[in-house]
Amino acid sequence: MYFVVAGGGEVGYHLSKALLEAGHEVMIIERDRRRALWIEEQLGSVVINAPADEGRYQIQAGCQRADAVLAVTGDDEDNLIISQLAKLKCGANRVIARVNNPKNEIVFKAMGIDETLSSTRVLMGVIEQELPTGGFMPLMPLTRSDLEVIEAEIAPGSPAADKEVEAVGLPAAAHIGAVVRNGQILRAHRDTKLEVGDRIIVFAPTAIEQEVRKALFG
Amino acid sequence: MNVVIVGCGRTGAFLAELLDRSGDTVSIVDLDRAAFKRLPADFRGTPVLGDGTDMDILRQAGIEKANAFISLTQGDNRNLMAAQIAKKIFGIAQVIAKVNDPIRAATYRRQGLYTFSRTTILGTLLDATLKGDKTIGPNLMKAAMSHDDELSADIPTIAKAER
Repeated sequence: MYFVVAGGGEVGYHLSKALLEAGHEVMIIERDRRRALWIEEQLGSVVINAPADEGRYQIQAGCQRADAVLAVTGDDEDNLIISQLAKLKCGANRVIARVNNPKNEIVFKAMGIDETLSSTRVLMGVIEQELPTGGFMPLMPLTRSDLEVIEAEIAPGSPAADKEVEAVGLPAAAHIGAVVRNGQILRAHRDTKLEVGDRIIVFAPTAIEQEVRKALFG
Repeated sequence: MNVVIVGCGRTGAFLAELLDRSGDTVSIVDLDRAAFKRLPADFRGTPVLGDGTDMDILRQAGIEKANAFISLTQGDNRNLMAAQIAKKIFGIAQVIAKVNDPIRAATYRRQGLYTFSRTTILGTLLDATLKGDKTIGPNLMKAAMSHDDELSADIPTIAKAER
């Protein structure tokens, strides 16, 4: 696949290196001349020394034929404009933007950039999965929607323990997709009784994550 | 009229002062506290310290009640982001962004965002003045220089030099 990486900072450089090692084609657009030269020394002729937020350099880098344009500078406003221009001026197939401030995921979405990655959120996800006690893990957002997948463990004392699925009191928009019990997957029917130690997979709008948590943990 | 301005540089402070004098309610946002020193001592508007692309800061600046929004920071992308937040998320009727890169200004104007490019405005004005244009050049110059006596001393130095 062919990727255009806008911004050759730490994220852009290591991402490009990994993509190249995986056998993909990459073109990096880096504004700073010295940084661009350094990347060229490390990775070869895969850099354009130019600002990534100008349409003509995006075209020069081949955004119009790339499988994806990745806007990964350290500034959210630059990533937003780079992404919008790649869509508007180059008709890029797919644009993925790095969002530094997680609040900006909503902003980017409202401005037509659906695919965002927030390093803060990714790190939080990893940390939450590592925490032994939490029992409530937002696993991943579902692309092109405001939904997410949550894994939760029914702990002793949970308000959901020994209750049937329909009696758990989850918000109407949230659905239990499956119950994992003793390593087996059970379909979650309305009358399936949740037991202590069960792990349940919930699909829910991101906005009501806290309500889901409350229903399961009190 | 309730106006939110992002960026308290020379232009932002100048505009805030003009609007304040004509009785409009103005809030002006800047990341740097020192920037508010550009505002006159008798400024009745509200300075708000913070990032103008942060929705919470914009709410603090009263964007939910604003009729007009203008972004005038040094960064074109920052201005475009702030202006799009004002327009698409808060639904402000009149939104203007300063975008000095003429190409980006034109691209976003085609998308329905009102953009001003200092580069093209000043360039066109200078060109018209040099060619003796009797209409746009002198009218704009007259408007720009008529504030000489009333407003802060540091802005209209050109006008003073010409007298």
